[in-house]
Amino acid sequence: MATKELIAPVNPHQQNWTTAPWLKRKSTQQNIRLWLSTLIIVAGAFLMLLPLFWMLSASLKDEGDVFLIPIQWIPHPIVWQNYPDALTFQPFFHYFGNSVFVTVLCVIGSVFTASLVAFAFARLRAPGKDFLFIVLISTLMLPGEVTLVPVYLLFRNLNWLDSYLPLIVPSWFGGSAFYIFLLRQFFLTLPTELDDAAKIDGANLFTLYARILMPLAKPALASVAIFSFFGNWNNFQSALIYLNTMEKYTLPLGLRLYLSSFGQTHFNYLMAATVVSIIPPRSVTLSKGLC
Amino acid sequence: MSTATLASSTRPRRRNRLLMQEYIAFYLFASPWLIGLVVFTIGPMIASFLLSFADYAVIVPPKWIGFQNYIEMFTDDKLVWQSLKVTLTYSLGAIPLTLIGSFLIAMLLNQGMKGVTIFRTIYYLPSVISGIPVAILWMWMLNPEFGLVNNILHGFGIKGPQWFFSTTWVIPSFILMSLWGIGVTMVIFLAGLQGIPAHLYEAAEIDGAGMWSKFLNVTLPMMSPIILFNVVIGVIDSFQIFTPAFVITTGGPANASLFYGLYLYNNAFKFFRMGYAASLAWLMFLIILIITGLVFRLTGSFIYYEGGIRK
Repeated sequence: MATKELIAPVNPHQQNWTTAPWLKRKSTQQNIRLWLSTLIIVAGAFLMLLPLFWMLSASLKDEGDVFLIPIQWIPHPIVWQNYPDALTFQPFFHYFGNSVFVTVLCVIGSVFTASLVAFAFARLRAPGKDFLFIVLISTLMLPGEVTLVPVYLLFRNLNWLDSYLPLIVPSWFGGSAFYIFLLRQFFLTLPTELDDAAKIDGANLFTLYARILMPLAKPALASVAIFSFFGNWNNFQSALIYLNTMEKYTLPLGLRLYLSSFGQTHFNYLMAATVVSIIPPRSVTLSKGLC
Repeated sequence: MSTATLASSTRPRRRNRLLMQEYIAFYLFASPWLIGLVVFTIGPMIASFLLSFADYAVIVPPKWIGFQNYIEMFTDDKLVWQSLKVTLTYSLGAIPLTLIGSFLIAMLLNQGMKGVTIFRTIYYLPSVISGIPVAILWMWMLNPEFGLVNNILHGFGIKGPQWFFSTTWVIPSFILMSLWGIGVTMVIFLAGLQGIPAHLYEAAEIDGAGMWSKFLNVTLPMMSPIILFNVVIGVIDSFQIFTPAFVITTGGPANASLFYGLYLYNNAFKFFRMGYAASLAWLMFLIILIITGLVFRLTGSFIYYEGGIRK
């Protein structure tokens, strides 16, 4: 999913052409159209929010009220106690901590290594570079399933099963081709006069990368960090394949435990835990002002 | 670039040395990815290709069986076809609906409406949540007895379907669920629409173009590369669907939601048929390549690239 989001931030035409002031004069007909569109948009927005509201409301209900028909939208009584109960019902914070640990290491690894590689592709010349760039782009098309089994066998032979290494280590090898591509595009927009100036002042290539280009690339680095955060925070399949011991579970695996005893799922707890689990990705986007 | 100007002013030998240094630096800086490429991509690809001709259950060493896996896949294993059917049915529903829906919303939002940012946020909000939480939420949203959707339908006097529990409704359920994530595509389209220069519309207006013809002759051509991109990504994504199917239905009922990605996982990590899973992966790769190629071929002349295409 994250791959799709990439196009938006790199769009070079961020300028909002259609809202130029001289285009703002509106006829009655245009006004009617605008009102109709607003109506549709509002209705759609309502539909998008409904499931979230339902989840939030269910997380604050008494267990018996969850399945009342007709739906009780505003919980009565509001059971705040669900949250502490839900988070202790399973070792939620333990899984949460595991997830934070894995995700943070992945984010650092991918931002650091992807930017190194992107710097090479944007600023340095070498024989075979163009070919390697084509290789980089083509790996974007390669579905992860093709390498799934051998990579699993590789980690198995390294005796890394049931550890966090299979989840973290791949991030330290360039993260993903998408991150490298995104950062390369950004580095290319920075004027090469900066490089010249730095070199005249005696900077070597690493200084140029670390002290000149990296600080200027903060917005792009933040995007990569966010994509990497989402990807790893929500990573279910790898965690499922590589982690066996329950103490090592990350949050996606942990959340599933709230479901496992299907007959007696505490629905309100499940929803409360889910709500808490989406707070980190939510706050990451908020802090970036992405949306 | 920069070193070129620097280097040309110095003596040839020094220039060569500088160039040499730059070559080495390139490979040093790129080394994380280069090593990763060999260890996590090319190596495994070769291994996966070889494995697809082997019988390997992890505990005993792999046994070379020639084309046996592929023969079984095409002649014996009905579940391969079932999983392909499930995946394609899903794609045929989810991709057009997502594209049309998100395009429409982006168009509506892009009329200088008030509060665009707020609405953009609201539509994007569900996409921030992904994986397990979405699966859990929708599992209950579409619960036939207690779920929100059937409750609302009940309010209109309609008896809702069995959703994830019915062989006919399970794929529509997944499609419905995927539509909740429409915001991602919508944001891309919105950015694209905002990038269409106003002078094109003005020129069209001067030529007497109405709303419909402006849409047909300006908006659609300008947006066509982005639409194409989303179609291709949509196809690739739907072949890799795993988490929701694994968590909500585990492929049921009666394999009606056995997505290809799930079937592959089952073979590798449930039945421990690593060789067979590898051959399934290669079939998947081939199908994705063919579909992508077809999409490009069929749409070729309809796609407009502002910068032109070098031929």
